[in-house]
Amino acid sequence: MLKTFSLGGIHPPENKFSAGKKIEALPIPTQVAIPIAQHIGAPAKPIVKKGDQVKVGTLIAESAGFVSANIHSSVSGTVAKIDDIVDASGYKKPAIIIDVEGDEWEETINKSADLIKEISAAPEEIIKKIAAAGIVGLGGATFPSHVKLSVPPGKTCDVLILNAVECEPYLTADHQLMMEKGEEIMVGTQILMKALNVDKAIIGIENNKKDAIAHLTKLATSYPGITIEPLKVQYPQGGEKQLIDACIKRQIPSGKLPIEVGAVVQNVGTTVAVYEAVQKNKPLFERVVTVTGKSVSKPSNFLTRIGTSINTLIEAAGGLPEDTGKIVGGGPMMGKALTTTEIPVTKGSSGVLIIKNEEAKRKKMQNCIKCGKCISACAMGLEPYLLMTVSQKGVWDRAEQEKIMDCIECGSCSYTCPSQRPLLDYIRLGKGKVGQIMRSRTK
Amino acid sequence: MSTLTISPSPHVHSGDSVKKNMYGVVIAMIPALLFSVYNFGIGSLSVVITSVLACVIFEYVIQKYLLKGDVTITDGSAVITGLLLAFNLPSFIPIWIVIIGALVAIGIGKMSFGGLGNNPFNPALVGRVFLLISFPVQMTAWVKPGAFPMSIADITSGATPLGIMKEGLATGATTEQLMQKLPSYADMFWGFTGGSAGEMAGAAIILGLVFMLVRKIITWHIPVAVLGSVYIFSAILHLADAAVYAPPTFHLLSGGVLLGAVFMATDYSSSPMSNKGGIIFGIGIGVLTVIIRVFGAYPEGISFAILIMNAFVPLIDRYVKPKRFGEKPAVAK
Amino acid sequence: MNVVIITVLTLAILGTVAALVLYFVAQKFKVFEDPRIDQVEEVLPAANCGGCGFPGCRAFAEALVKSDDISDLNCPVGGAETMKTAAGILGKEVAASDPMIAVVKCNGTCENRPRTNKYDGATSCAVAASLYGGETGCSYGCLGCGDCVEACTFDAIHMDEKTGLPVVNDKCVACGACVDACPKNIIELRKAGPKGRRVFVSCINQDKGGVAKKACSVACIGCKKCQKECPFDAITVENNIAYIDYNKCKLCRKCVAVCPTGAIHEVNFPPKKAKPATEKPAAPAKTEATSNENKTSSDIKNKEE
Repeated sequence: MLKTFSLGGIHPPENKFSAGKKIEALPIPTQVAIPIAQHIGAPAKPIVKKGDQVKVGTLIAESAGFVSANIHSSVSGTVAKIDDIVDASGYKKPAIIIDVEGDEWEETINKSADLIKEISAAPEEIIKKIAAAGIVGLGGATFPSHVKLSVPPGKTCDVLILNAVECEPYLTADHQLMMEKGEEIMVGTQILMKALNVDKAIIGIENNKKDAIAHLTKLATSYPGITIEPLKVQYPQGGEKQLIDACIKRQIPSGKLPIEVGAVVQNVGTTVAVYEAVQKNKPLFERVVTVTGKSVSKPSNFLTRIGTSINTLIEAAGGLPEDTGKIVGGGPMMGKALTTTEIPVTKGSSGVLIIKNEEAKRKKMQNCIKCGKCISACAMGLEPYLLMTVSQKGVWDRAEQEKIMDCIECGSCSYTCPSQRPLLDYIRLGKGKVGQIMRSRTK
Repeated sequence: MSTLTISPSPHVHSGDSVKKNMYGVVIAMIPALLFSVYNFGIGSLSVVITSVLACVIFEYVIQKYLLKGDVTITDGSAVITGLLLAFNLPSFIPIWIVIIGALVAIGIGKMSFGGLGNNPFNPALVGRVFLLISFPVQMTAWVKPGAFPMSIADITSGATPLGIMKEGLATGATTEQLMQKLPSYADMFWGFTGGSAGEMAGAAIILGLVFMLVRKIITWHIPVAVLGSVYIFSAILHLADAAVYAPPTFHLLSGGVLLGAVFMATDYSSSPMSNKGGIIFGIGIGVLTVIIRVFGAYPEGISFAILIMNAFVPLIDRYVKPKRFGEKPAVAK
Repeated sequence: MNVVIITVLTLAILGTVAALVLYFVAQKFKVFEDPRIDQVEEVLPAANCGGCGFPGCRAFAEALVKSDDISDLNCPVGGAETMKTAAGILGKEVAASDPMIAVVKCNGTCENRPRTNKYDGATSCAVAASLYGGETGCSYGCLGCGDCVEACTFDAIHMDEKTGLPVVNDKCVACGACVDACPKNIIELRKAGPKGRRVFVSCINQDKGGVAKKACSVACIGCKKCQKECPFDAITVENNIAYIDYNKCKLCRKCVAVCPTGAIHEVNFPPKKAKPATEKPAAPAKTEATSNENKTSSDIKNKEE
């Protein structure tokens, strides 16, 4: 019996078309637009100006606080301008636009592909290096990694959990990374274990990636403390809370962080980035992005420089199909629909999903028939139908009482609803409002 | 490329729909329907057809001309109400009574509360209880089952097992003596007893239940809670005084307990949302059914029990919450 | 006979006992309430819209009775008349307030503002705004999902099917519910003006002129022509957007003439040249104020050009 999380869950069709496709390095575009807000927390402060020469890996925007992250140039060339562009949020946000000339890297970066197993850096040094490299959670949440690794005083961490679940349908970036960069993941895990001072790490992988499980299990024999945990396939297992519940049967109390139960979760992609930052001095300026969809002629996994327009990726995957109705940044369950094809790849872009016209539109909403399927689907044990109603009516105190803030926005409720009700739309709205109210109360 | 659509996540849907669920229930009712037609022939067939047609037509007329809104008769919920109402009526009941029942069920039971999803009571039961109180004679004119009787002349009237039990006990007979007069449990399970059009065939109803569980239309909680509590509660009474209180298996197989537990208590909008709530709701129905049967004036109590518990559903939904994530204390070292 | 007497007596005694109990209970738990609260509540409109900032008319009546200075309290629904009556009952002074009206400061119709995307989520501006800038190049403009219509309890604001923009009619009492409901802050309460005549900038786009103009042909581009033209210093341009102070504006309409994009609207002014009587926006025509105003101003502009 494979382990999984204890409440709710759904089984959307996997549609992993790009599984097994080798990671290809995407040619460097002629211009990149690097947004300064690519992470949760304060946007970075630009430290370059128009006309400045930059190299690959040059720091171009500085972290603007503890919960913030450095941003590095992903190309070499000249800063064209700092301007507002529409990013994945659908709003105009400042970005640094760089015209590309050649591909010259900062001298400090070790460009060789040799595996360096020896971890010479001390724990504090590791965290410092991770912060300097601007590493954020690459699973999509983009939470600055050095913040997660800095265990607050009074709390202890006894286990590191690696999120290799990739429960979103379609996406295969992490899967492919595990197949090709297994050794790097192992060393990266050891680095994180050293930084956290734990002797146990669990890599949680869903059982639909049997090759990755076999590959990593074989590698793990030569790395002490690392175990591979195959998990029963179920969405949203990649949610931090669900993953901890699945792997070590500890449930994070409402409103608390994983450290409360002694665990820290990192994504496998992040682990590779950590390895590169600590062992090779390479800041985070590229990532693996899956380009996929039912109508895409060449679903692929691309190693992409941050700031590349998704247009370039779509072209490389065989061009934008005629009948495209929607382009999603990320997976189909939690990704954001993008407004144009000009949006740049950021640190949090795990995939670009092309949805056909006929599947892009929602069906007509009907009355709630009170079937209770949303309750059964909810991985947090909430009542989505009720949260939607209270959010619609603006009864914020009741929404808070019904634990609206516990919602992880996985979308299982909207996915399941037979009446096609936009449950999550309103719950997300309610979360925003209740969050505001709660923050203003503590002030 | 057409204009890109922007919408909040999730961008995929399970494809489940109201229609799929409703017609799933209709399919689950087919075995019981076939059985009823075999047993009661033309009488059952005419009641079923009238009831379903009347429900659908009343819903159409009310939505189109009274509410002047969207017409949703194709979603299958009116068909279910029609079928359930027919299942709860004696075969060969005059057609005009069926039509009145359908009007009450759809008009008062369902549309006056705002249609599908908003009705606090099971519409078919509202119709049934209205008829039971208004036309007690016709509503208890049970007939003996035969092999597809073609007209009222082919059949003989016969009391239901529950009726026999109730009247027998009133005359001072013991349950043991009465059980001799009653059909065997096997006959009751396979449906060869008198009763409403669709309630006698236990086997057919359980077939429907299995279908609905496999298709995930309903969960097991409500039917199991109702049947379990009927069995346990009547067993306690039977153990206390076997002469006065009928054995639990009799309670389980007679009358409409199975039909009610499987098809009527599980009605989406008049049952609690959460599984925990469903169990409380089911136990309430089970206990009330036995109380009405044993101590009340009516031989059968499932309809009243379900309606009474329907009224408690908002209360149950308000106070019975599903188990929240992280409620159990953390086990951090 | 005996039975009757006993019955009557028993009932009489029971009645008296009950009456006594009720009397003592009522005395014991009596709550003193200023009778003037009832009187004031009587003259309030009983709309319970919350436009005054209190939860309902009763609460507002209590506030009127309790506070010594009621000059900063106002019932937008009842207006000056109601406030005067209420103040009369209480013997207090009331500040004279001008009637206000909600004004929609966006003219991004389908023609003026081409769509770049199609929104397909819950029909709620709040939901749409929390996710995207909108369906067009302008991330400031009206989203058209009708949260303002939903919020209005006076049937005073409706969506115009053709333009996709909300239209305020003369039932508006300036309670401000729509102002709060609009996530884009497009709706503003402005002075209704004499005979409903008012001038305002129908745009809140803070993008630079070129960007704003590209997204919407009637956007304010922040060119400051109106600011220079205004003889009363009523216009300020900040963050690429002009704003007319309705307290300083004397309705001279010079700004309307110089605005290169037609972003400044004038409402309910009689046409400058003679026109057929049917087109004259008389008082009832205020009902279609916002939908007409664009036509009116552009018509006038065309003639002037």
